[in-house]
Amino acid sequence: MVRVLINVPKQVFRSIPFEVKVLISHPMESGQRRDQVGQAIPRDIINHFVCTLDGETVLDADFFPAISANPFLAFSVVAEKSGILALTFVDDQGVTQTETVAVNVA
Amino acid sequence: MIRRRQVLAGGLAAPFVAKAQARARVVVVGGGFGGATAARFLRRYDPALDVTLLEPNTVFTVCPFSNLVIAGGRDFAAQRFGYDAVRAEGVAVVHAAATTIDTAARTVMAANGTRYPYDRLVLSPGIDIVWSGLAGYDEAAASKMPHAWKAGEQTLLLRRQLEAMPDGGTVVMSVPPNPYRCPPGPYERASLIAWYLTKHKPKSKILVLDAKDAFSKQKLFQAAWKQLYPGLLEWVSLSDGGKVTRVDPASLTFETEFGSHKADVGIVVPPQRAGAIAAGAGVADRSGWCPIDPMTFESRLVPGIHVIGDAAIAGAMPKSAFAANAQAKVCAAAVVSLLNGKKPDEPRLINTCYSLVAPEYGISVAGVYRPANGVLADIEGAGGTSPPDAPAEQRIQEAMFGEQWFATITAEVFG
Repeated sequence: MVRVLINVPKQVFRSIPFEVKVLISHPMESGQRRDQVGQAIPRDIINHFVCTLDGETVLDADFFPAISANPFLAFSVVAEKSGILALTFVDDQGVTQTETVAVNVA
Repeated sequence: MIRRRQVLAGGLAAPFVAKAQARARVVVVGGGFGGATAARFLRRYDPALDVTLLEPNTVFTVCPFSNLVIAGGRDFAAQRFGYDAVRAEGVAVVHAAATTIDTAARTVMAANGTRYPYDRLVLSPGIDIVWSGLAGYDEAAASKMPHAWKAGEQTLLLRRQLEAMPDGGTVVMSVPPNPYRCPPGPYERASLIAWYLTKHKPKSKILVLDAKDAFSKQKLFQAAWKQLYPGLLEWVSLSDGGKVTRVDPASLTFETEFGSHKADVGIVVPPQRAGAIAAGAGVADRSGWCPIDPMTFESRLVPGIHVIGDAAIAGAMPKSAFAANAQAKVCAAAVVSLLNGKKPDEPRLINTCYSLVAPEYGISVAGVYRPANGVLADIEGAGGTSPPDAPAEQRIQEAMFGEQWFATITAEVFG
C-alpha cells in the first residue's frame, strides 16, 4: 500500500466539470538506472490508472517510465448525481490499489 | 582601452584622448558578501585600478546567523556592518542604487543622478523576490507573513511575531522549489524556531510545507529533529502534499493542492530571482538567474559584465555568502587579468556552509568546485558533510566553527 492524497471539491454541481487532484507516493523506478555496483535497477512503475464514478469509467490511462516519481495527476470529471469516485492503479509488481472518495452533487 | 576608443570615437574623440590614458575603471554593483569582496580584492590585485562600489545602504545587514536573531539567540546589532574598511582600501563607495546600465556606452546610471563609466562591470545584486511567484503573496503580504529572506526589518518583524504568539500556537513556513538563496536556510530556521518554542512555548508547533522532496544536509537535520524536537517540528515534503499553491495573508492560511493550514505565525520563503538590475542589464536569462563563464564569471549574455554571488548560475555551487566571497576573489583576479590582456587562471572554489540545529548543535557541508564543460562542477571526493553519528561534543564544536567562520568572513569583507 502506498500513500495516496486525493482532493475533490467539497461540493460540486450537476453537469459542471470539477477538478480531481491525486498525489501518489510511488518511486516510479524507470528501469534505466543502475545501482552502485552497476546492476540495472528493475523497472517498477505504476503502469495503469483508472478512475470510475459509481462504476462508470471516467479516465483510463497507461503510464510510462518518463512519468516522475510520486506522480501528481489533475483531471476534470462531470457528475450528474452524487456518487463514489474510485481510483485504481496497478504497478509492475502486480500490486493493485484502490482508493475511494465521495462526490457530493448539490 | 582600444575598445573604448572605438566605441566612443566621433564627436567625443577629442576629450576622450586624455581619459583613454587614465586608470582602468571597474564598477561593482551591490555591497554584500560578493560585491564588497570583489571591490576590495580588485584594489589588492591591481592598486592602480579605479574601483567604484554602488550600494544603497550605508549599513549592511547580513543574512548568515539571522535565523538565530529570529529565534532570540543573537543580537540584531551583530548582523550590521559598515563600509569604512572598504573605503580605506581605496574603493570609492557610493551609497546609491544602480538604476540602469547602458551596455553599449558602458555606463551605470545611479539613483543619485550620476553616471559611472566602466571598462568592466561586476554585478553582485543578490536576490529579488518574485512577487508573482506564489499566489496571494505580494509586498503587502510580506508585512503579515514575513519572508525574512533579506535580513533587516523583516528579521525583526518575524522575531516580534514569534514573541507575541501565545503558547500552543502553530508556526507554518512554506519553502519554494530550487534554486533559492541559502539552500539549508529554511531548515536551519525551522530548527532554531523549534528551539525557541521548546524553551518558551512548548505546547506550540512548527509545520514546514515544502515544494521539494530532498534538501541540503537532510539526514543530519532530520536525525537532529527527531532527537531535539520530537512532535514539535513537522516537515511535509512535496510527495506528502507539502507544495504551497496559495497564501491568504488576511487569515494567515497556506493552501496546498490537498488542504489548507491556518497559522498563528506564517512565514513564506518566496520564489526568487537575480536582483532586478541583472534583468535590466540583460544578463539574466529566462530562469531569472545569470549564466556565467565559470573561468571569469563574465556573463554569457553581455560581454564586459561579470556576475557573482546569489544572482549567478554557478552550477554545483550553492547560493551562499561563502560562495559569493569565493567567487568575488576569482572574478576580481580574472577582471585584473583581462584588463591587462592576460589569460585568467583556471580557478578552484570552495564553499562551506554551517547550519545550526540549536545554538550548540552545528552541522556543515563543504564542497570544492572547478570549471568543467562550461559550468562549475563539484570535484568528487572533495568536501563532504558532518558525520551522521557524531558525539555531542562534535556538534558543539561545529557550532563554534560556524561562529568563527562568521567572524572571519565578515572581518575579511567588512572589517
